[in-house]
Amino acid sequence: MSFFSQIVQYVLSGLVMGSSYALIALGYTIIYNGTNIINFAQGEFVVIGSLMMVTLTTVAGLPLLPAFFISVAVTVVVAFLLERLAVYPLRNSDGMTLIIVTIGASIFLRGISMFIWGKNAYALKHFSGDTPVEIMGATILPQSFWVFGITILCVVGLQLFYKHTLTGKAMLAAAINKTAARLMGINVENILMLSFILSGALGSVAGIIIAPITLARYDAGLILGLKGFCACVLGGLGSSTGAIVGGILLGVLESLGAGLISSGYKDAIAFVILLLVLFLKPQGLLPLKEMMMGQEKT
Amino acid sequence: MKKPFFKSDYGILLGLIVLIFVPPILVKSNMMNIYYISILIFVALNSMMAVGLNLLACHAGQISLGHAAFYGIGAYTSAILTAKLGCPVWLDVIAAMVLGGVIAWILGIPTLRLKGHYLAVATLGLGFIVYIVFNEWTGLTEGPSGIVEIPRLSIFGTVIKTDMQVYYLFWAFTIIAVLISINLIRSRVGRALRALHSSEVAASSMGINVINYKIKIFVLSAMFASLAGSLYAHYMTFISPTSFSLNFSIMLVTMIIVGGSESIWGAILGAALLTILKAMLGEFLGDYKDYDVVMYGLILMVVVIFLPTGLVGGLQMIAGKIRGMRESDEKT
Repeated sequence: MSFFSQIVQYVLSGLVMGSSYALIALGYTIIYNGTNIINFAQGEFVVIGSLMMVTLTTVAGLPLLPAFFISVAVTVVVAFLLERLAVYPLRNSDGMTLIIVTIGASIFLRGISMFIWGKNAYALKHFSGDTPVEIMGATILPQSFWVFGITILCVVGLQLFYKHTLTGKAMLAAAINKTAARLMGINVENILMLSFILSGALGSVAGIIIAPITLARYDAGLILGLKGFCACVLGGLGSSTGAIVGGILLGVLESLGAGLISSGYKDAIAFVILLLVLFLKPQGLLPLKEMMMGQEKT
Repeated sequence: MKKPFFKSDYGILLGLIVLIFVPPILVKSNMMNIYYISILIFVALNSMMAVGLNLLACHAGQISLGHAAFYGIGAYTSAILTAKLGCPVWLDVIAAMVLGGVIAWILGIPTLRLKGHYLAVATLGLGFIVYIVFNEWTGLTEGPSGIVEIPRLSIFGTVIKTDMQVYYLFWAFTIIAVLISINLIRSRVGRALRALHSSEVAASSMGINVINYKIKIFVLSAMFASLAGSLYAHYMTFISPTSFSLNFSIMLVTMIIVGGSESIWGAILGAALLTILKAMLGEFLGDYKDYDVVMYGLILMVVVIFLPTGLVGGLQMIAGKIRGMRESDEKT
């Protein structure tokens, strides 16, 4: 393989991972904007989604589409319960308390996943065969196209939701200024709940589409979730565009770093980038909430 | 109103010192298995780290999610210096503390200037990087198999061998760490911050360099953790990366939350309870001991939701209520 096709290969696989980081990062952003908390249980949504999908398709023998929607629904219920039982009672506490409660929730959920699914890694069936396709000397799995397609669908869907529905507009308003939103008659408590539901759905989708490529395991959520978070900080915490750009960029940088430098240090790359961003440009590449969903600053 | 001596920090410290002598007496009179001393050795190490974390949470309003990294840096510095390079013991302990402190300082300067919980994020990142380096830099750290034959500590030519000797030595270090912490809290800046109820704006307008104070506390807490790691390496004589994972960082945070992050004594109480719980669960669950994480997650959530001031805060509240009831009884 020539050096050029090697680079293409790394970039392509980076884009695939980057898409799932972007979806996870979007989940963080939605909750961060709704509640100002960093939800460290985000990675567990990813795992629950993918493992549910594995169980439903292999054990229950369901076709892809119903299995997909049931898995997302189950994750959404988990996210809803997490918000109602752990976050809602503490909504007026300081940031540190909220960080800690989501860390507790993430450990707890990870333990429950280990309890239900054990420590094995499961392979999820590829959505449409696993014969690699060749592009410019690099090979790519058909699953990657599913990843790109569904990611784009989610991002566009979210845009439309924010711009064209009353609930979406209310969420944006609450993210920009909670007090003003409340004065306008928006029920901010419901927004809080809704942001957990949305980010649970996004997380589980990310888990499901990437599972055929990376395998699903009870503890995968820790590292996936944290990388999604790195993507958020890289793009600028609170900015949705930043989350997407940060996710894709992180995926590509990580893949290039693993391929060209050392694969052993692959997982460290995201965190080195995180520290570099904090040191050099803590507001991220695309800062400010005003940039959210591409909205102009008014 | 002046607190009576036994209720002041120094009074409680004296109580703790007295308490430290109880287990060895119990062991000598055959009322306690010597095995429990080894658990109490870990209580000492974890207390030292929890006290540092508590200072950070209580007086800098920050949380570190990567203290296992400093613990690991301490342990690996000592292991590499003594077992691989033949550096004399104690010199490596100092080197470990200095290295841990310098890394904390480098990390703290940019992140503690920022508003929000960037230190939590940065320490989390550091924890991962350090853990991966321990596993991957096999030339220096021997990778996942770990470093063996780390020499034991010795004082004036006497090698600290038995668990009982280690127990006294480590608790002595922990007591010193507590003393330093108490003095720091009672220093001019610490007192001022507390008096202003840790309002940063108020404190800065009084001419207190809040950022500097925060960095100092973070460096100190990292040095405590490095010291604990270094002592740990010399006690176990063997270290491997698994002891320094994110799980352990979170365990340390759980300790201060359970005990109550309002006081140093809460941190020590939390460290003692969780260290003992971990040992007991490990025995009780046997082959299923990996499932103990469910417990820690649950404990962390339940305490934060229902007992936000931790056990110490909860006990104080109950004591206050009882006192209130007594007083109302006296009135009627």
